[in-house]
Order: sequence, then C-alpha cells, then structure tokens
Amino acid sequence: MQIGIPDDAGPLVAATPSAVERLGALGYDVVVTEGAGAAAGLPDDDYRAAGALVVSDPAVAWESDVVVCTVVPDDVTELMRPGSTLVARLAPAAHPDRVRALAERGITALALDAVPRISRAQSLDVLSVLSNVAGYRAVVEAAVEYSGMFGGQVTAAGSTRPATVFVIGAGVAGLAALGAATALGARVRAFDVRPEVAEQIESMGAEFVSEPEAQQQVSADGYAAPLTEDQLAAALRLYTREAAAADIVITTALVRGTAPTTLTAEAVAAMRPGSVIVDLAAPGGGNCELTVPGERVVSPGGVVVLGWTDLPARMPRHTSELHGTAVANLLTLLTPGKDGEVRLDLDDVVQRGITVARGGEVLWPPPAVQVSAAPAAPAARAADGTDGTTTAVGPETPARRRPTWLTGALAVAAAVLAGLVVAASPAETVGHFTVLALAIVVGFYVIRSVTHALHTPLMSQTNAVSGIILVGALLQIGSSSLLVTVLATIAAAVASINVFGGFLVTRRMLRMFRKADETPAEGSAR
Amino acid sequence: MTTTGLVQGASVVAAVLFILSLAGLSRQETAKRGVNLGMAGMVLALGATIALALVRSERPVGVTAALILLVLVIGATVGTWRARSVEMTQMPELIALLHSFVGLAAVLVGFGSYLTAYSPGAAGEGHATGGGTVHAVEIYLGVLIGAVTFTGSLVAFGKLSGRLRSAPVTLPARNWLNLGVVVACAVLLAWYLGALGTGGGVTGGSAGGGAGAGEGGAVVPLLLMTVLALALGWHLVAAIGGGDMPVVVSMLNSYSGWAAAAAGFMLGNDLLIITGALVGSSGAILSYIMCRAMNRSFVSVILGGFGQAAGPASSDGHDGEHRETTPPAVADQLVAARSVIIAPGYGMAVAKAQYPVADLAAKLAERGVRVRFAIHPVAGRLPGHMNVLLAEAKVPYDIVEGMDEINGDFGETDVVLVIGANDTVNPAAQEDPGSPIAGMPVLEVWKARDVVVFKRSMATGYAGVQNPLFFKENTAMLFGDAKDRVEEILKAL
Repeated sequence: MQIGIPDDAGPLVAATPSAVERLGALGYDVVVTEGAGAAAGLPDDDYRAAGALVVSDPAVAWESDVVVCTVVPDDVTELMRPGSTLVARLAPAAHPDRVRALAERGITALALDAVPRISRAQSLDVLSVLSNVAGYRAVVEAAVEYSGMFGGQVTAAGSTRPATVFVIGAGVAGLAALGAATALGARVRAFDVRPEVAEQIESMGAEFVSEPEAQQQVSADGYAAPLTEDQLAAALRLYTREAAAADIVITTALVRGTAPTTLTAEAVAAMRPGSVIVDLAAPGGGNCELTVPGERVVSPGGVVVLGWTDLPARMPRHTSELHGTAVANLLTLLTPGKDGEVRLDLDDVVQRGITVARGGEVLWPPPAVQVSAAPAAPAARAADGTDGTTTAVGPETPARRRPTWLTGALAVAAAVLAGLVVAASPAETVGHFTVLALAIVVGFYVIRSVTHALHTPLMSQTNAVSGIILVGALLQIGSSSLLVTVLATIAAAVASINVFGGFLVTRRMLRMFRKADETPAEGSAR
Repeated sequence: MTTTGLVQGASVVAAVLFILSLAGLSRQETAKRGVNLGMAGMVLALGATIALALVRSERPVGVTAALILLVLVIGATVGTWRARSVEMTQMPELIALLHSFVGLAAVLVGFGSYLTAYSPGAAGEGHATGGGTVHAVEIYLGVLIGAVTFTGSLVAFGKLSGRLRSAPVTLPARNWLNLGVVVACAVLLAWYLGALGTGGGVTGGSAGGGAGAGEGGAVVPLLLMTVLALALGWHLVAAIGGGDMPVVVSMLNSYSGWAAAAAGFMLGNDLLIITGALVGSSGAILSYIMCRAMNRSFVSVILGGFGQAAGPASSDGHDGEHRETTPPAVADQLVAARSVIIAPGYGMAVAKAQYPVADLAAKLAERGVRVRFAIHPVAGRLPGHMNVLLAEAKVPYDIVEGMDEINGDFGETDVVLVIGANDTVNPAAQEDPGSPIAGMPVLEVWKARDVVVFKRSMATGYAGVQNPLFFKENTAMLFGDAKDRVEEILKAL
C-alpha cells in the first residue's frame, strides 16, 4: 500500500524521514510532496535517503491508499479517493459534519486525537505529544512577554526574586509547563481539580495548591469531570487569589475540546501590570474571559493575555518528529503482518477508539473505556466470579483439584485411621497424640499469618527450633552403652550446630530489614 | 523426682516461648523479639535438659558433663562460623544443609533409643516410654523420616550449591520405584516387629523390662530400612528440578519437624512433639503457598520431572522479533519516568546484582521517581529469598511488595525492570491455555508502559517455556550480566 505525506498548510509535517524509514520497514511505499518538511528543517533529500518518493504534484500524495497529515484541508473529501484511509487530528467532537462527509465519501477516518487514554496507547497519543510541546512553548512565550526574569538572580547591584508561576490544570500540558518553568528557576505553584495528580505535580518540583472544597473524586477515565456549583465557585476563588499573587499564569483546562472559564475579568484586573497569562485552552475558546483565540491582548490593567493556538507549530522540528513517531507507532499497530497492508481490528479498544468513520458509517463516539483502574477493578473481578489473578484463563485450565467428595472421603478415612491408632495406643501415648494434634493446629494458625517477606527468616528460625532434637540426644549421652553415647554425641553435635547457626543467621537477616524512614544505625541497634 | 518436675515445667514454658517466637515472626516490627523469645526458650529447654541428663547419667557425671560441653562448643563454633560467613545468596544451601543435620540427628537418636530399649546392656531406668510395640513403631518411623530428610536435604544442598546438576534425574518408572521402597519399608516393619516379638521384647510392658533379647534379629530390618529410606530421600529430591527448590526446601523443613516430633514420641518428650509439630506445619504451609503460587498440586511437584515432558509444546507462534536496548537508553527512560517497578528473580541472586539494584532504586528515589519492588512468591530458590537479598542491600522493606499487593499497579507504571526473572513474568500463563504454566499467577509486568528485561540470552526459563513478553511491542531486552548492566545504567544516570 502507498502512504502519502502531503505538504500541510502549517509548518508541521506528518512524518519525518526517520518515521518514513520505519513505515518503509513495515512494507509501505511512502510518497512525500516536495517541500513538505522544509518549514520543519527537513529537506527533500533526507526523505529520498529514507526511501520515500518525492513528488511535485500534491495530488499524488493525496490519492494514496493512506494519507497522513497534520492539518486537514476543507476540501479533503475531494482530494482523497473513496476507500482510502485518512490519519489526522480530526477533532470529531468539534467537527461532526466533517466526519459525516468523510464517511459519505467512503473514506476510513482515523482520528489521531481520539486515542483512548490507556497505557498501551500512550505511544500513539498525538494529542498528549502536542499538549506536551504546547506546555513547554507556553513558558517560553510567557518568558518573552514577562517584564522580569524567571530565575532569581544575584548581581553586583543586588538580587531579584524569582518569578511566581501559577499553572491551572496538571494534564500533560500543565505538567510540561510546570517542568519548563521550574527549569527556568521560577517558583511554581499548580492546581488541579483531580486530587490524584498532586503527587505528579510535586514530583516535578512544583508546589500543589491544596483546596479540598474545589476538588472532586478520583477520575475514572483520566479526564476531569464537570464540577458542581459549589466546587466551581471555590475553584474560581482559588484561581483569583493565586493569580493575583503570581507573575505568570498558565491555564490549561481543556476537557474534551471545551474550555471552562478559570480566570474572570475581575481576576485579571487584580493581577499586577506586566504579568502574563498564557491560555492554552484558546483553541477551545479560552479559560480566560479576555482571551481572543490566536491573538495577543493587553488588558486595561496592563496584563498580557496570550491566546496563541499554534504553539506546537512554533517548534516544527521536534513537533514533527514526535508526530511522525506516533504515526509510525500507529501504523505498526495497524500492520500486524508487517506486509504493507492496513488491517483495522475494531475489537481492539485502541483501534476502535480512533476509528471515527468506516465503510460509509460514522463510528464516533466509541464506547467508553475505563482507565484509572482503581475504582473499576473490584467490580470487574466480581463480575468474573474469579479471584482476579487468573481472569484470562478459561475454566478448564489447571488448578487440578480433586472432586470435593473424594477430599471428604479421604478426610474421613484419615480421621478413622488416626482414631484407631490412638485407640490401640497405651494411655501415655494418647496424651502425646493430643499434644501433637493441638500443636499442629496452633502451628497452622501461627504460621499462616507470617508475611511472605519473612519466609526465609521463618525457615531458618524453624530450623533452629527443630534443633530441639538436641534435647533427645543430650539425654542419651549419659547412657552406659558406649555405642549409644557415641551416636548421641554425634547427634548432639550436629543438632547444636543447627541451634546456634539457625538462631544467629535469623538474627543476622532480620537486622537487615529496615523501613524507609528508619536510619540503618537504628535498625542494627535493636 | 524434683528434677523431673522442674524439667517438665521448663519444657512447658519453652514450648510457649517457641509458639510466641514463631508468632512474632509474622511481622517485621515484632520479628526481632520473636527470635529473642525463641532463643530464650531454647536456653531454658537445654538448661533443664542438661540438668536432667546429669542427674540421670549412667556414667560418671564428669564424663557426661564434659561430653555435653564438648558438643555445645562444637555446635557453637561451627554454627557461629557458618552463620557469620554465609552470603545471603547462599541462604538456600545453608538452610538445606541445616535440615540434613536435623535428619541425621533424628536417625542417630532413633538408633540410640533402640539400643537403649532393646539391647542387652540397657538396664533399669530407660527413658523410653511404655508400650513395647508402640515404642518400637515410634523408633522405626522416627528413623525412617529422619533418613529421608537427611539424604533429601543433602541432595537439595548439592543442587542449590551447584555441586550436583540441578536438572531432574528421571529414572525409568521412578514413581513405581518410590512406591516399591515404601512397600518394602512396610514389609521390613513387619519383620522388625516380628523379630522383637519372638525375642520377648515387645510384650514386656515397660522398656526396661523388655530389654535383653531380640537384639540380633530386629536390628537387621531396622538397618535395611535405614538404607532404603536414605535411598528414597536421595531419589525423591534428585527427581525434582532446580526451579522447584522453594517447594522442596519447604517440604524438607516440614520433614525435619516431623522427624523431631517422632523423636519426641520415642522419648516421651512433649516439648519435642510440640516443637516438631510447629516446624512440621510451618514447612507444610510454606510448601502449600509455594505450590499455589505455581498453580501446581503438591503431589505433582513431589513426583518431580517438571520441565521435561511439557517443554516445547507451545513454543510455536512466539518466535517473534525482540528489540534490544542499551544501558544509557534505559537510564534516560528511568529518569523520565514517574514510577518504576523492579521485578527481580533468581538471575539477580546469581549475578549478585542486589547491591547495584538497590543503589539504582535509591538514586531514582532521590530524583523523585517512585520506585518499588515486585516479588513473586516463588522468585528465587527459597520462599522470601528475594526479600532477604534486598534487605541485605539496604532496600527498605516497605517498598518491597508482594505479587497480590502490586499486580494492580502495573497499568499505571512507566517503566518495569525485569531482572533475572522469566517464568514469573510470563504472560503465557494467562493468555495461552495450552502453556505448561497456564493458570500460574504471574506479575503482570507487560501492562506497564515500557518493560526492560535484563537477561543473559534468549534461553527459556526453568519451565522450558518460551516467554512472549520478550516479543511484546513495549518490551526491550538488555542482554548481559545483570550486575554489569545495572552498574552501567548507574554510570549513565
């Protein structure tokens, strides 16, 4: 099959030469329109070297069996052949009519921005790649606009304080932004309505602004859910307060293409002149009430509001490279035979999720996928009726258990036999049997509660304890028979090695176990 | 006799102390106290026993005391030396060797009891209990269990320390052979009892009264049985492969307990019975846990020969391509990760890589990466072996988690490092019902975003099953000695 890489409207290109090489290895013929990578610093010769056919007529690339692009032109349905496949960011939620048009044309449409958020699909997730880049660039843009320095400086004439950056929303873009801002030396604070990301924020070296009133439950699909009225009001108060104290605000709240308001006009008015707001949600309308998508606005109070919608395209080389890698990963998934044939498997959640149109039908939206496994797992286990560890295994596979009646019969037989043996024994031995039986039961309950981590010390300890057979040997040493004395002496010698060796080695092992917060010295002292 | 009363009192206290000692081992916080209680119990029991032995001594007290002192000095010297010098990777061998000592002691004490009770020289106040036949059977069983434990443990020790080949020795019709030995032992028991009976030893009520006859006839079957039992112990363990050693060592632990309990019966000593039963049930439970972790029945493990017949059955279809990676690339992955799980296996112990691995974990934790360890119940050659090795390398135990605790977290993990583990991370156990390890619970490492497998080559693991994990898209292989590789990663960090 032929894959076409057209020259897109923006500076980005859907696949770099390294991605083209991987596509070639999968058995595809790749056609690239002349100059497609020029804006990203990728000359045509590099594409030729990677095995692509470079053509001057854009129509050739568009008429391929599979077309991969970064910007979808309005006349895409005319450019492409019926029966071919389009791989691009299609924003199916925002452009349902485009999806319908593609379906009517008989085009299979795969939306790169509809990859389900599950671990396996992370390597295809173009959206998170772009968010990542945008988050980084947002900090760069803010640094250019800001009237001061990010990192505190100590100069001959005195020192400056570091800038305070407040990041709203710790998704991929938010985390990238706070990472970049931290790296520039700013003091970074961040907030997210999902409580589970606090740890991630802190792991990036930023401070998590805690506000329980404004937070919700752990999310099930990796996205934030809509807030209640009370939560919303509390969150807005928090944003206003934090923004007033910050020099830079980067707001990234974009939930499935729609942007809630996080910064009201009053909040902007309360900020210091010369402060900068970068609105990463501008493509969805903006989080800030003053944001104009695609424009730089200065508020009456002197606050710069950047509503750039093309942040990833401002770094075309790396964005294209990452985009191309994701595309190559996707096609690797779609080409199980590595024979240059796309085989779409709609039973696979990932492939089902990105397929928005196929065979004349619109397949958007896909059925829901659960990601953060925590709340869903117990239910799934209960539904299977298994203990969860062997879910994937059919009912007939091993765990070779005897039928219960047989186990029961064996138990009865054993009990009868034991009873007979005891009945035939003299009184003193009966006493011993009682002791034995009780000790076994006690042993069973005591040992069963031992944690797995301590099984080795347990074994060496029981080893030492079973050296108690020394008692028997010691009693025989005093025998009047020389042979018995010799045998008993040997027995006592080996048994006492057990006693000493077993206890000492157990102690040695246990001394090594320590908790994270215990200092080693404390651990060995006891 | 007041001494006897005191000794009995001391025994009861010692027995309680032993139970508390094992109970203390259930948690790290109380484990050290557990060991101390056990030592206190042992001192008490031995002190009382030595007093009794001196009182009852049939030789001059000085001689007996000197002998006792001698054995204690030998035991203390050898035991302390071994305990100090053993490396943690060699724990399985040491434990197997110690089991064999208990077995040997049980055999010797059994013969001692027999000679005391039934030989002409033994007179008067023998320590044997009454009931001739019963006592004779007790001795017989005690020697039998002791002998099986003794050679079985020696073979286990040989295999674990590399002195013997660890592959299973599969004699033809080996199960019938074992059964034959058991039947032969039963026949010998009849002969032995018959010989004692005709000699008049059995009917004589108390042991002392029964002494004096039957010595020539009965000792022959007893010796023959001992030889057979030694052979049985050797053969049982020789037929089991190296990877099943956790089960075997636990099983031998159990046997050594039963051997002590049998000795308790023949000496009429409740302390020995209680202690033996505790140890016996402990080993039995450990064996059960190990078997469940491999989804195999205890019987099938004991019958041995695993990994031979079932081997190549389902290796087809998994001979895909694997991807190799380099230490610097892994270092980059680790630095970029938010959470990392390390799944070690026997290979880590072999390469002695626990120190650099612990270093790596500490370095990553300093950089804010969440690092944890995932331990499969049968990882290593001894239950809990990995935990001990990691503890030795100063890995805090609260980041070392068991399979059930951590299995749900792999989906949210960025990087998993599989170090020297194979079968315990094999997805075929869940995905391929035809696999020999189907149904065995495994660490679901493949659910993580990236998996790096440290391995010496593409050879199969102990179970002889190909591992589809190596061919997964998100898996990269890092070949070579695990220790060297981890050290290279440390350098690249």
